[in-house]
Amino acid sequence: MTVEFDTSSAKFAEYAEPGRLVTTAWLEEHLGSPGLVVVESDEDVLLYETGHIPGAVKVDWHTELNDPVVRDYVDGAGFAALLSRKGISRDDTVVIYGDKNNWWAAYALWVFSLFGHEDVRLLDGGRDRWIAEGREITTEVPSPAPTDYPVVERDDSLLRAYKDDVLAHFGNPLIDVRSPEEYSGERTSAPAYPEEGALRAGHIPTAQSVPWARAVADDGGFRPRAELEEIYRDGAGLRDGDAIVAYCRIGERSSHTWFVLKHLLGFENVRNYDGSWTEWGSAVRVPIVTGTAPGTLPA
Amino acid sequence: MTSALPDALAEIRDEFLELPESERLQLLLEFSGELPAVPEEIAAHPEMSERVAECQSPVYIHVAVNDGVVALHATAPAEAPTTRGFASILVQGVTGLSPEEVLAIPDDFPQTIGLTRAVSPLRIAGMTGMLLRTKRQVRERTGLSGSPR
Repeated sequence: MTVEFDTSSAKFAEYAEPGRLVTTAWLEEHLGSPGLVVVESDEDVLLYETGHIPGAVKVDWHTELNDPVVRDYVDGAGFAALLSRKGISRDDTVVIYGDKNNWWAAYALWVFSLFGHEDVRLLDGGRDRWIAEGREITTEVPSPAPTDYPVVERDDSLLRAYKDDVLAHFGNPLIDVRSPEEYSGERTSAPAYPEEGALRAGHIPTAQSVPWARAVADDGGFRPRAELEEIYRDGAGLRDGDAIVAYCRIGERSSHTWFVLKHLLGFENVRNYDGSWTEWGSAVRVPIVTGTAPGTLPA
Repeated sequence: MTSALPDALAEIRDEFLELPESERLQLLLEFSGELPAVPEEIAAHPEMSERVAECQSPVYIHVAVNDGVVALHATAPAEAPTTRGFASILVQGVTGLSPEEVLAIPDDFPQTIGLTRAVSPLRIAGMTGMLLRTKRQVRERTGLSGSPR
């Protein structure tokens, strides 16, 4: 930790790791602090250009965090080059925010975590709240002094699940964070409509359906801990000590849920299956369940 | 029916390709700002517009064919400037064409304007969805068979 935690919020104090979130007021007050870098990461690749928090740098998931050829993230050298270019040092406090209630911000945070960047936080309420509160935005793009971020090998073993890991995980809780229609396997495509990204529809057997947005309160921030406990423990049946895998279509919405389970509720063993439905729904002979019930494991 | 790129779309493509890759996003942002508002009579009847499911943002298109001239209207939220930019390119490039000319637009036009790397293939798929849906609506309104996919 380089910059002090935001201790101003009673809501944050209830979470397993209160330091993983900052309020808009805290961020405004700390803009420009040494050791603090603000990163915007959006679904829309142009949104940053229309106006962003002063001093914030942009990190785009598609074009910067992904390997351009293989379906994978950048490697240690690629990540070091990216963060050096953005002016981020290994011990900097990074606050990430974005559109869509921080979907892509959570995704970026998860990828930063694969490289073990320690102090990475989300702006509660994201881009929308900052703007709704009338706080300053600018189109001026900063040119940070390049840093010398070290080459750290990505560690996929703790936070990331591959398809084979999911097969081996059967019998443990899975959370499907997609919409109910995607979960049940309803198809909406019709002739002359472009094909969807997966060949089969449905969900992974036994996965509980908890659409990601249930973790978001009406004000656009994360729900208070008690409400999250109700959704994930009482509703989806998660218990202390569970090993959990979350998935969606390409792994971005499930990063949001991963953040909630890992950092806000304190489950220690939570992995994001980023292959998600676009891999599972096209893989040969993996089990699939359709309908609204979780279903059972293959015999 | 053979594929042919109408002049307006060819000009837009050339405008992008003449720029270095790093500046193409800025041009897309300019297009985004130029997306015209839809006429009152269309805005008042949202059920007449079609949702473009390939775009993650709520984007709606409306195609009219009057006296052999196609008019394309589109709405996309301000928080989705990339999608607005795509819609604006198509609205500017399609409106005023004949149905035959619209159906002759190559389906891979979105891949040819030099944005695939700057924007990502996944996002370009949204623009392809808009184009294919526009062509399908033109077929439905005119009974032309067009180039089947």
